[in-house]
Amino acid sequence: MSTFPWLTVAGAIPLVGALAIMFTPGRSAPGSVADRRARDLLVKQIALATTIVTLAVTIAMAVQFKPGSTQQFQFQQVYQWIPQFGVHYAVGVDGIALVLILMSAVLMPVVVLASWNDAEGGPDPAGVTSARAVRGTPRVHSVKSYFALMLVLETMMIGVFAATDVFLFYVFFEAMLIPMYFMIGSYGVGQRQYAAVKFLLYSLLGGLLMLVAVIALYVYSGEHGRHATFLFSSLEHLALSPTASKWLFLGFFVAFAIKAPLWPFHTWLPDAATSAQPGAAVLLVGVLDKVGTFGMLRYCLELFPSASHTFTPLVIVLSVIGILYGAIVAIGQRDIKRLIAYTSVSHMGLITLGIFVMTSQGQTGATLYMVNHGFATGALFIIAGFMVARRRSQLISDYGGVQKVAPLLAGLFLIAGLAGLAMPGLSTFVSEFLVLVGTFTRYEVAAVFATAGIILAAIYILWMYQRTMTGPVRDEVASMPDLKPRELWAVAPLIALIIALGVYPKPVLDIINPAVHRTLVQVHRTDPVPPHPAPAARGVHTARKQGSSA
Amino acid sequence: MTGTIAAAATIPAPQIEWSLLSPMLVVFGAAIIGVLVEAFAPRLMRRPLHIVVTLGGLAVAFILAVVIAATDSIFADGKPGRVVAVGTVGVDRPTLFIQATILVLAFVSVLLIAESSHEVSAFTPQAAAVPGSAEEREGLLAGLSHTEVYPLTLFAVGGMLLFPAANDLLTMFIALEVLSLPLYLLCGLARRRRLLSQEAAMKYFLLGAFSSAFFIFGVAMLYGYSGSVQLAAIATAAQSGTASATLLYTGIALLGLGLLFKIGAVPFHAWKPDVYQGSPTPVTALMASCTLVSAFGALLRVFYVAFGQLTWDWRPVMWAVAIVTMLLGSVVAITQTDVKRLLAYSSIAQAGYVLTGVIAANTAGLSGSMFYLAAYGFATIGAFAIVTLVRDRGGEAAHLSSWAGLGKRSPLVAGLFALFLITFAGIPLTSGFSGKFAVFSAAIKGGALPLVIVGVVTSAILAFPYVRVIVLMFFSDPAPDGPVVVRPSAFTGVAVAAGAAVTVILGIIPEPLLSLANHAASQLFVR
Repeated sequence: MSTFPWLTVAGAIPLVGALAIMFTPGRSAPGSVADRRARDLLVKQIALATTIVTLAVTIAMAVQFKPGSTQQFQFQQVYQWIPQFGVHYAVGVDGIALVLILMSAVLMPVVVLASWNDAEGGPDPAGVTSARAVRGTPRVHSVKSYFALMLVLETMMIGVFAATDVFLFYVFFEAMLIPMYFMIGSYGVGQRQYAAVKFLLYSLLGGLLMLVAVIALYVYSGEHGRHATFLFSSLEHLALSPTASKWLFLGFFVAFAIKAPLWPFHTWLPDAATSAQPGAAVLLVGVLDKVGTFGMLRYCLELFPSASHTFTPLVIVLSVIGILYGAIVAIGQRDIKRLIAYTSVSHMGLITLGIFVMTSQGQTGATLYMVNHGFATGALFIIAGFMVARRRSQLISDYGGVQKVAPLLAGLFLIAGLAGLAMPGLSTFVSEFLVLVGTFTRYEVAAVFATAGIILAAIYILWMYQRTMTGPVRDEVASMPDLKPRELWAVAPLIALIIALGVYPKPVLDIINPAVHRTLVQVHRTDPVPPHPAPAARGVHTARKQGSSA
Repeated sequence: MTGTIAAAATIPAPQIEWSLLSPMLVVFGAAIIGVLVEAFAPRLMRRPLHIVVTLGGLAVAFILAVVIAATDSIFADGKPGRVVAVGTVGVDRPTLFIQATILVLAFVSVLLIAESSHEVSAFTPQAAAVPGSAEEREGLLAGLSHTEVYPLTLFAVGGMLLFPAANDLLTMFIALEVLSLPLYLLCGLARRRRLLSQEAAMKYFLLGAFSSAFFIFGVAMLYGYSGSVQLAAIATAAQSGTASATLLYTGIALLGLGLLFKIGAVPFHAWKPDVYQGSPTPVTALMASCTLVSAFGALLRVFYVAFGQLTWDWRPVMWAVAIVTMLLGSVVAITQTDVKRLLAYSSIAQAGYVLTGVIAANTAGLSGSMFYLAAYGFATIGAFAIVTLVRDRGGEAAHLSSWAGLGKRSPLVAGLFALFLITFAGIPLTSGFSGKFAVFSAAIKGGALPLVIVGVVTSAILAFPYVRVIVLMFFSDPAPDGPVVVRPSAFTGVAVAAGAAVTVILGIIPEPLLSLANHAASQLFVR
């Protein structure tokens, strides 16, 4: 095992990039408009270079990762941070965390490219005419801060997945809110202030409940003369009383359910995603939401196995409600970003369902879905953002016939949309299928209802496509240019990944599988043996064999 | 010790350990030098002389406190400290920690008080003149200034140093008066909005006088119960439990009332918003940091030493006080429109959080409370320092609506204010989080989990007004006739920088100060 501090380096690079951006001359520095343009361009180039270097480092790390290793975490580093509180700077990844870090690192350069001009402002595309728009002065923002915030957020995203100390995890979990809050509040559109405050307060409340649980866990770990600690590896084997275990589970779970978001804790997401710029929305839905589901898998299940069993029925019911509710509400949306946000509520329900059915297919599928959902929804948000940037409206009814004037944009949007409805051959199909199969082996009724969500998904995606892209070309849309090279470069990697992982998911499954098996062992669950080997179950069997034959 | 007096025919000179009392003596001495400066130095010389004497006195006192804390002989044989000056003053590690905290915070506050660049001076030229009268205008034109504020501040700080150190209740009462009287005066000296300032002084004085009366009444009860005003003797009497419990409980209640008044716990908080709003902002900073630390120090000593055996009796009441303090402070903060009143209600809620540490009644609670107070004190002074800088034509721009868009005009000042608000909200990587963590983990260890849940929920409530201010500063557009941020002199600049630096450092590496607090608290107070 190499001793190179991969995770620390990967996390530090964006921070260094952010510092470098802060030291470039700002908007108020003297110079003509052209000088200012040049300075803004420099900032963007630094941001792009930083995210690409980070991606390279994470890929190099992934290559070094040994899926068959007996260690729970690889690339581990443990240093004392606040010895009085038993707090460590401890990082390390298992397969699940690794693929999520990879996903974040892939999304970042894409988001930087896609947000190239977002910070510069312009008329409000949300259709809300503010007093300022009437006066005719477009909002002018600091390009510097936008990209610096984005890079700081990347550091925290890597940190939150890499932390193996509960305290460190909590710190990243909470600190992540601040850059996202400013990205929505300062650079967003429409009711951005309301959305930013709602996002922050919801997340803060969840985070504080988790803080109680974190502190209590720490205090319990110090009982019976042991040295109190926050290290995940020590807390994992803590024997808690059933009552304490249940309360602590709830403390963590509510925080993660708000973050994910699981119905009924989801109301902040549509507002936040609608008001955020497309790039910020991608990070919000693509990565920040995954922190919630990742937390459930890593912390709720592994730290409180018995309480997880107790609450499984409740979580499954909430997940199924979320799947159906998100899908039905998405059908009724008029705002394109809001629609995508509600589809995410539905998909996140499917992910929590996969986690809590406690079967290896379910959890493998859920983890794979986290990655695929990041790519698919990211592509949807970004392409929708390109369209909104052209027409300056987020309302679906303002579009029509786009595929005739911008075929490339419409075609890629269709692929991303089909990935959203889990079309076979695209990556989300594999994960959704695994989740549903994993659910069926234990909770048949839930699987039936969840499958209904996929039918609804076909309705909301295809109907949206039909209303925006097909039909007669509307006048306002007629002059809409097709994708520029920069925009194409931003989306192409995501579309490529969606197709590639749909055809050949094995490399990712190989990384995920051992970690999922370890989780299941920790929660004392094994896969149920089907009474009669039905055709569906055989399908699973091959899928699993494919996964574990590394 | 009373025995020696009775036995000797002549009264012997009491044994005073001057060296161990030196931090307090230096501060009082500097105050007296300040009075002499006021009497004899020419007017133009007074301010520079005062600044040198005040800051010098505080610095020397701080160094002496550190030297005493580092002297091993005082803590020989595993004792937590020494009782000196005929049993009236306790010198132990927690007290020295608290005193050192007060001295550093007072030093930074004095920097704010010393600010006099053009418009920023906070004090009226002539306090005796009727607000709005011709005399006042004359005084303003003549460039008069009340340089008495420096010795007054020093006297108050001296009282604050003695308050947590007092080992008997009478000394404590005298310290309470010594710290309070100069503060009553200082409250009424605001340069702008004089009537509000005088009202604040009047309110603070009247309510403070009541609370002092309750305090001394409580002392009388406890004397009746135990036959002594010494904390250790009361503890012994309470342990044997022979005398009437009614006297004891009434005494605890009245004494607690007096102390809780000073920290502004609900239901004794009514003075805080008015006084914080009306006082000159540097004085508010002094009160919100140093007075709070000192009062908590005294509260901790009384309840840990004198009533340490009666934890089961006072804890339920303290629970109730802490819960309503946290709830009321955070909920009412939401409705505030004046920035100083907002900070006042936030200070009430913060007092509630420290109370959870007090209630823990263990070493972790003591060290957590001390750490919290130090961390919170710096952030408070920084926040009030920024309040002094944001000004419109009527002086400080107190109304929150005029802070709109400050982030666009002066990103640095708004950013720092946001940092302090984020600290108060207890977001990780700031000192506020470390402090909350310290007291909450101590409270859970002490079996007060419900209290921690209330604390956490109120933190979420309290985050709302803070977030609203941040939204206002960064996401709203500045009004055309909005306030300007004046360029501070080095004094205020240093105060703000110190607050911000401590906030960030204690957030990221709290370890050194935490281990210091843990070490100081390891043996609790001397008896």
